[in-house]
Amino acid sequence: MSSLYVEVSPEPASDVPVRRVTITVNGEPRTADVEPRLLLAHLLRSGFGLTGTHTGCDTTNCGVCTVLFDGTPIKSCTMLAVQADGHEVLTVEGLAGASELHPIQEAFKDEHGLQCGFCTPGMMLTAKAFLEDNPDPTEDEVRWALSGNMCRCTGYQNIVKSVLAAAEMLRAKAGN
Amino acid sequence: MGLDEIKIGGLGASRRRVEDNRFIRGKGNYIDDIVLPGMLHMEILRSPLAHARIKSIDATKAWAIPGVRLVLTGETMASRNLAWMPTLSYDTQAVLATDKVRFQGQEVACVVADDPYIAKDACEAIVVDYEPLPVIINPQQALAPNAPLIRDDKENQRDNVVFDWVVGDKDGTDKAFAKADVVSKLELHYPRSHPSPMETCGSIADFDRSTSKLTVYMTTQAPHIIRAAVALVAELPEHMIRIVSPDLGGGFGNKVPVYPGYVASILASILLERPVKWIEDKTGNLISTGFARDIYLRGEMALRKDGKILGVRMHTDSDHGAFFSDAQPSKFKIGLMHSAFACYDIPAAHLTARGVYTNKAPGGVAYRCSFRVTEAMFFQERMVQAAADDLGMDQAEFRRINFVRDDDFPHRTPFGFLTDSGQYGKCLDVGLEAIGYQDFLRQKADAAKKGRLLGIGISTMTEPLGAGNSREYDILGIKMFDSAELRVHLTGKAILRTGAKTQGQGHETTWAQIVAHELGIPADDVTVEEGDTDTAPFGMGTYASRSTPVAGAAVAMVSRKIRAKARKLAAHLLEVSEEDIEWELGRFYVRSSPDRGVTIQDCAMAAYTNVPDGLEPGLENNAYYDPPNLTWPFACYIATVEVDPETGVWDVLNMVAVDDCGVRINPMIVEGQIMGGLTEAYAMASMQFITFDSEGNCVGSNYMDYLLPTAWETPGFELHEVVTPCPHHPIGAKGVGECATVGGPAAFVNAVMDALKGTGVRNIDMPLLPDRVYEAITQRHDVSGAPPVKMDDT
Repeated sequence: MSSLYVEVSPEPASDVPVRRVTITVNGEPRTADVEPRLLLAHLLRSGFGLTGTHTGCDTTNCGVCTVLFDGTPIKSCTMLAVQADGHEVLTVEGLAGASELHPIQEAFKDEHGLQCGFCTPGMMLTAKAFLEDNPDPTEDEVRWALSGNMCRCTGYQNIVKSVLAAAEMLRAKAGN
Repeated sequence: MGLDEIKIGGLGASRRRVEDNRFIRGKGNYIDDIVLPGMLHMEILRSPLAHARIKSIDATKAWAIPGVRLVLTGETMASRNLAWMPTLSYDTQAVLATDKVRFQGQEVACVVADDPYIAKDACEAIVVDYEPLPVIINPQQALAPNAPLIRDDKENQRDNVVFDWVVGDKDGTDKAFAKADVVSKLELHYPRSHPSPMETCGSIADFDRSTSKLTVYMTTQAPHIIRAAVALVAELPEHMIRIVSPDLGGGFGNKVPVYPGYVASILASILLERPVKWIEDKTGNLISTGFARDIYLRGEMALRKDGKILGVRMHTDSDHGAFFSDAQPSKFKIGLMHSAFACYDIPAAHLTARGVYTNKAPGGVAYRCSFRVTEAMFFQERMVQAAADDLGMDQAEFRRINFVRDDDFPHRTPFGFLTDSGQYGKCLDVGLEAIGYQDFLRQKADAAKKGRLLGIGISTMTEPLGAGNSREYDILGIKMFDSAELRVHLTGKAILRTGAKTQGQGHETTWAQIVAHELGIPADDVTVEEGDTDTAPFGMGTYASRSTPVAGAAVAMVSRKIRAKARKLAAHLLEVSEEDIEWELGRFYVRSSPDRGVTIQDCAMAAYTNVPDGLEPGLENNAYYDPPNLTWPFACYIATVEVDPETGVWDVLNMVAVDDCGVRINPMIVEGQIMGGLTEAYAMASMQFITFDSEGNCVGSNYMDYLLPTAWETPGFELHEVVTPCPHHPIGAKGVGECATVGGPAAFVNAVMDALKGTGVRNIDMPLLPDRVYEAITQRHDVSGAPPVKMDDT
């Protein structure tokens, strides 16, 4: 229990149901009381302060809200927080270690795989799950795997290069 | 020998981006990431109808919802004289509707509440009684006799015309047409499109009663223009307004105009004395903000049999929606449409342009282009292809014989611009060589024998980037120059601020490279900061590919001022007179004994520790740069496609881009800009458009209906360069961010039309959706205008 307090509304609306959820976020169990209609993206951003997960289209098309849900990429803007109860979520904040970047992060920087950076966290997380399934992909396979994540700046060519470069780095690492 | 410029991250280094360090960690600071103590949340209620009189608004139920702090309607705004605001193009726009709604998605009311979910609930509890009015969705309807008057709020408005604008030489053009052997005609529509950055618009207004200071965090590409606008609209003193534009998740012109949501959040914060955050949802962004294009062309070209273009006539009808609210230079109503044909040597040209109001969201914003240049270059290159076909000439050859020649600069274009540099023929040669032009023509002929449809499309253009000069370019009278301020610290590290605002272009990386080039201070030692009007010098912001041409030039100029002062300090340290000193990158030395020298860092230290008598301490300065002319990059884009006659689907086989944008500061970033632009070009040619049904319902209000290409659809690009330095820019650079969006669409469309050449089809208007292409092939007719929407489709 923290010595800080949380102010509660003096007029709690009695008809608003609340459910307690526990989600393992980036390896750490987090518990929160949420309205059942709260979106996972909003819990991550506003509740847990993990603002690297962005919200874009609200309709599961653009992918800027992509997180890994038990290792699988999902669009957190169309998943309810209560659906994540008892599950593991990885966000961009959990991608790098304390001192070193994940090879995918390094590759995105090195290959100029981002411009405004808004789609980048989702792109990288989709790429991470994809490369775990397919460590040595072709360019076409990368393009298909990323087709649920939109980018308006780069034209994708350098994103594809980044993912291929990351694949190479990860394979070299695994070989050691 | 000075320092190795590439090693210190100077000009020409593909330096890895500084800003990426936060973005790849999810540590960017976008508008919705900012949280202020006590912050409330605002949502907007929008009109479901395109044209209707508001009979009443009842917000009683909204006020009753726990957690609701404020409901704003047009009436609240009107009581503070804020129901209407001036636009950046001398029109007015409703902040919250009072009398009528004039487009679907127009802002009708706002709710401020403890959290955004409550605010959205409360918006739905507001009851608005509308009386529907007849709807106008295109210029043809707007100009019809007895068309309903959309802007009945304007005292002297009797019709739906926004402007009639004329430029060029009518008599000369008429004479050219009288002499013509062939007149080539083409009518085109450039469909309505939306820039649609991944991040929508938003603001956090924070009015502090104790200091009277208003701070607004806002998604804006031009924070200083916003500060001026807020000072004028809200009648607040300018020094008490601070606009902060944080990291932007893309802009593309969408984040230039002033939107009602910004204004409403400001009033809400003033009334509630608490920070108020407004984050637009995607539908709100797609149906109400910064539309682009939506313009019809009637074009004619006077031709001599041998291929020489004698004259050009253009008439455009542009659909501006309900309010003329995009930013255009005040002298040019249809933007820089008259930059069309700038790369061709044409004796006479004449353009008439009419803008109209319709019951659609405000349109005409410069979407990744310099004020209507995208439309100008598309029309130009489609007309050029049609003319070459009409003459039976080779597309490349027709362009070549009409190009302005390398030794003809400076060249006055038919509409009066002055182009100053370029190697158009060389760029075309590089492109043709790269695509394998002759080989492809043979392949195409062979394929045709087997019933396969191959096509090649060329688009060549020079475009005016980097407004101003300030003699000709202003927005609301504010001159279009830009600025930079450089402070060199005691240890030789520095901070640079400019009046531009990066949105992904990488200013934090590239501006430091210009400082490195001018001063020899390693780029890694220079922090770059933009977007805060309390600290950044006054500038006009980032759009129209103007950052490098204008702010980038200011960075070079302020660095030179610093170097001039450092020279005095060096003379003092070396105990010689200034005239005896030479400069090499990063170091001053004594001419007669080059071993005796001091570094720029030594000079910086001296500026704070060892200043000669009579010299002011410190090492900082600023520069305001007013360019003598626009910059004129040139581009040649060539696409090859195969069209499937059975389905109308077309695939890009190859896409070659040759860009001459002068000296490249960071080649990696330049190439990134070009690839991004080509993708948006491909998007517009193939799928990206927004249309409206007959009742004015916007079709394209979300990413399921508004198609943007993903990595899967987007073709690969092969990039080439030619370098013709800009003669007037301090480091020889030209604008580039928008060339590919501007020049690219015509390459794709020309390629598809080339593939269909034998079918008698002369034009298919964008987007070249498979069903439109299929219709053209099977029905053997042109497919024109905005894709029609039947009511049951919506």
